[in-house]
Parts: sequence; C-alpha cells; structure tokens
Amino acid sequence: MLKDITLGQYFPGDTPAHRLDPRTKILLVIFYIVALFCAKSVVTYGIMILTLLVCVQISKVKAGALFRGLKPVVFIIIFTAVLNLFFTPGNYLFQWGPLHISDAGVRMAVSMVLRIMLLITGTFLMTYTTSPIRLTDGLESLLNPLKRLHVPVHELAMMMSIALRFIPTLIEETDKIMSAQKARGADFESGNLFRKAKALIPILVPLFISAFRRADELAVAMECRCYHGGEGRTKLHVLKFATRDWVALVCGTAIMVGVIVLRQFGM
Amino acid sequence: MRWLPPFPNNREETNALKDILQIENLTHTYGAGTPFQRDAVKDLSFSVREGEFLGIIGHTGSGKSTLIQHLNGLLKPTSGRILLDGKDIWAEPKKIRDVRFRVGLVFQYPEYQLFEETVYKDIAFGPMNMGKSGEELDRCIRESAKLVGLKSETLEKSPFELSGGQKRRVALAGVLAMEPEVLVLDEPTAGLDPAGRENLMANIRDFHRNRGGTVILVSHSMDEIAQNVDRILVLKSAKVLMQGAPREIFARADELLSAGLDVPQITRVAMALKRRGVPIDPAVYTVKELKRQLLALRKGGAVC
Ligand SMILES: Nc1ncnc2c1ncn2[C@@H]1O[C@H](COP(=O)(O)OP(=O)(O)OP(=O)(O)O)[C@@H](O)[C@H]1O
Ligand SMILES: [Mg+2]
Repeated sequence: MLKDITLGQYFPGDTPAHRLDPRTKILLVIFYIVALFCAKSVVTYGIMILTLLVCVQISKVKAGALFRGLKPVVFIIIFTAVLNLFFTPGNYLFQWGPLHISDAGVRMAVSMVLRIMLLITGTFLMTYTTSPIRLTDGLESLLNPLKRLHVPVHELAMMMSIALRFIPTLIEETDKIMSAQKARGADFESGNLFRKAKALIPILVPLFISAFRRADELAVAMECRCYHGGEGRTKLHVLKFATRDWVALVCGTAIMVGVIVLRQFGM
Repeated sequence: MRWLPPFPNNREETNALKDILQIENLTHTYGAGTPFQRDAVKDLSFSVREGEFLGIIGHTGSGKSTLIQHLNGLLKPTSGRILLDGKDIWAEPKKIRDVRFRVGLVFQYPEYQLFEETVYKDIAFGPMNMGKSGEELDRCIRESAKLVGLKSETLEKSPFELSGGQKRRVALAGVLAMEPEVLVLDEPTAGLDPAGRENLMANIRDFHRNRGGTVILVSHSMDEIAQNVDRILVLKSAKVLMQGAPREIFARADELLSAGLDVPQITRVAMALKRRGVPIDPAVYTVKELKRQLLALRKGGAVC
C-alpha cells in the first residue's frame, strides 16, 4: 500500500534525541553531512559510523525502521556500487573480458555505499525524532536572518508545514479513492502505458477536487482565526536552547572539526 | 421519522437458503512489523445467507470497514479465507475482479469517488469495466438510476453540481449498475438529514426486495439496523460479540450497553417500563410490537 512510504515519518518518543531543539538537530545534520564528505579513511569512516550508532542508541529508534527508510534508495545504492566497482582504474584484482575489479574500485564502492547509507540514515534519524511542525519551526528560526533580504521565510515555512501536514492525508485519500474505483472494477495493473495512464483519471479527478476543497476549507478556517501572515505573529511554543543543546552542538562541532583535521593529516 | 413496517422476509425461508458468503477465521493485521502493528479483525467466522439483509454494528474502530473490504477482495486476509458460493475468492488472484462485480461495495462517503463529466457516464464506469456495452449498458444504467430515485434529466448533469444526497445516490447507482449479487454498504446514510436517510434506506430495501439481492449494511445507528435487517452481527474490538435475529440481540440489551453500544429507542422505552414493573418483554424494537404488547396487557387487565 501507499502508506508504507516512510517519507520523513515521525516516531513519537521521549528520549534526549526527541527533546533536543529542532535547530540543534538541523545544525547537527549539516555538520554530519560536511564531516561525511570530508571522511576518506577507515578511521574517519569509523568515527562517522560510531557517531551514528550512538545517536541511534540515544534516540531508541528501532533498527528495522531505519532500514526501511533505506528501501526506496536500494536501487541507487546498488547502481553506485556496481559503477564504482567495475569502472575505477587501479591495480586489477580480477579481470573478465572488458570487466575488471581494481583495489581502488573496491575501496571506492565501499566508501560510496557507506556514504549514501550514512547520509540517508543520519537525515532520517532527524525526521524520525522531530515532528514536522517542530522541524519547520526550527527551519524558520534558522532562516530568519534572510528576512532582511526580503525572503518570505515565514510564508515558506507555513507552506512547508501545510504540505507536510497534508501528505499523509492525501496518501490516505488516494488509497481510499483507489479502493473505491477498484470496487467498481477499475484495473490499474494491466494494459499498455496509454491504458495505464488513462486508468489514472478516475483517481486523479476526485483527488484534485478534494485537494482544492481542503485548501479552500483550510484558507477559510485560517481567515476565521484572523491569520494575516507572519508580521507580528508570536509562537505558542517558543524555541529555547537548553544545556543539552549546547552540549550536543559542542560534541557535533568537535567531531566535524576532528574529521577535517584528520583529513589534513591524510587520514 | 416516518414509520415503516418491519421487513416482510420470512425467516424460515431464509434459513432454508444456502450460504452465499462464508468467512472463516479471518484475521487482518495492519502495519505488521512496525510500532503501529494491530489486528483490525481477529479470527472472525460467520456466514451470510443468500437473499438475507444482514446488519453489522460495532463501536468505532471495531473493524467493520476492514471486515467488509475483505468481502470483495480489496484487502487480502492476513490469515483465514473468504468463500463466495463455496469457492475461495483468492483461489485465482487474477480473477479477483469478477468477485468485485459479484459483491458490490459502496464505501463510506462514496460521493468523493465521482469523476466523470456526466452522471450517466459515471454510473457507466462499473458496467463498462465488466465489458457491457450498447443497449445492455444503457438498460442497467437507467434501471439503477431509477432504483435510487434519480430523474432521467439528472443523468445528463455534471455530478459536481448535485447536492450531497444526490451525489451519494449517483455513487450507489454506480455500484448497483454492476448488478451485484451481494450489496455491501458502509454507513450509507452518514451525514444525511433524516429525510435523506430514510429515502436512501428505502432505495436499499427496494433493491433487496425487487432484485432479491443479499444486502450487508454497516451502520452506527441501532434504529436503522433494527428497522431494516433480518439478522445482526455485533463486532467488538476485532471479534464477533454476538449474532442473531434482532429480537435475540436486543434481548441481551445489557451486554450491548456495557459494550458501549446503543439499543434502539423503543427497546430503551421498553426496558424503562420493565424496570418500573410493567410485565413486558424488553426485547422489542419496533413501535408496532411495543404497541401490541401494551394493548395485550391492557386487555389482560394489568395496570398500565
Ligand atoms: N489503513 C489502515 N492502516 C492501519 N490501521 C488501520 C487502517 N485502517 C484501519 N486501521 C485500524 O484498524 C482498526 C479498525 O478500523 P476500521 O476502519 O475497520 O473500524 P470501523 O469499525 O470501520 O470504525 P468506524 O466505525 O469508525 O468506521 C482501527 O483501530 C484502525 O485504527
Ligand atoms: Mg468504518
């Protein structure tokens, strides 16, 4: 079913990882990504893996859930691995016709696969432990300085939180409409491309109509509560840095700087 | 609300008929292997007789919608079997569409599934998927439109300019046009006004009476169920709590109430009378029956 998509799904919980300020988590993910792209040796990759494992341990997210997040990119991971494995020049370990595997190729493939997997699990760890609302709050607050440059930060954040809020609703709705049309004998599987595209009409028309209806209702509901944009608007949950946020940020910075320094020393 | 006579279906006759649907040890688990795993229906068994009007009632989340989506193969059982006319519907997964034509399912709020330019074309969607065409197609569209009380000029209108109640009729006609043997309805009257509700139920009774079809009605309203069905199935947290004729079910009104379910208003009146010492059977569920009992008491000379 469509519901199985874990696209930024949030697993409620009450661990230190859940309680961190969303801004801290966004910054930590950025630090993590920078460090990941600087890592190139066994030691630095080891540090990155260890960091992630510790974070997973703290957040108490089940390993199964993390791996499910990787499912949609399995193809990309395999593709990258195969490309790097067979087409990197170096000392050949194995040769068969035009195909060859070099020592550099093996190293490259392993490091690319590790890099993609760590990148995705690291980012998912943030969305697993932060509710979408808090995440957009955090983004808005981090991007606030851009308001000086007349970037509509509040509006963008509002759009994002509405979109995030409605993704599950729309998925559920699509599921329902699909079932209803299937009950009338609709067939989405067989036929050529043209017929398959045509079979989507009975789903798309009701879906668009309901999306517009929802948008309309939401706009009216917001106006009824006197929403008038970001100007002078205060927050129900004001974001505040706590001690744990400073601790986390210091640790994160230390790891990133450490990895960069190690890289300078060729490790 | 206008009073309607109880259904003229002869129960002995119904008993003699064969089972059209058999549900055997049906279990359905949502989200297996995630933190949200839960059994929406668990080890459920019952059967539906040909030509009967079965009511399914249960608390919110008791698994009614999940259960009925198995009857036409929209959901696949996690374990257990569904037999239609004695044959497992999943025996040939490729032919599941034929099952859907024989067991017509009308979802809750079906008006949101309309998509065609005209009502006529929308009703035609199901029968056309069955491969009907020409006069045969036209006949079943017009017949089902008539059955749900749509006028022939409405057929040329866009479904989006109709009222909510009319849209729902169009959706119902869209399923009836496939001429299913079994009609399954998930809370067909939710969100309609009393007159609209009664009208729609009358259409459904017409289908049952005139076409001799089997009807399965899921509803939250005990009164609606009591007034229409031959047999009731009560679900409670994924399991069958009880099943039987309305009289048998409402005789166990206390159990129903403790399961968080309602009993028909008339049964409540009878129960209150009984508590005050009037010697009547509290398992009545129609005004007519209660009146008969009260009049009988009066003739018998009891205080009333
Ligand atoms: N697609 C789904 N994914 C996960 N869980 C679901 C899904 N659909 C239903 N459930 C869960 O299964 C249980 C039974 O749901 P179901 O919709 O069958 O109840 P219902 O008896 O029809 O309730 P209602 O009277 O409110 O319509 C509920 O607890 C619900 O949360
Ligand atoms: Mg339901």
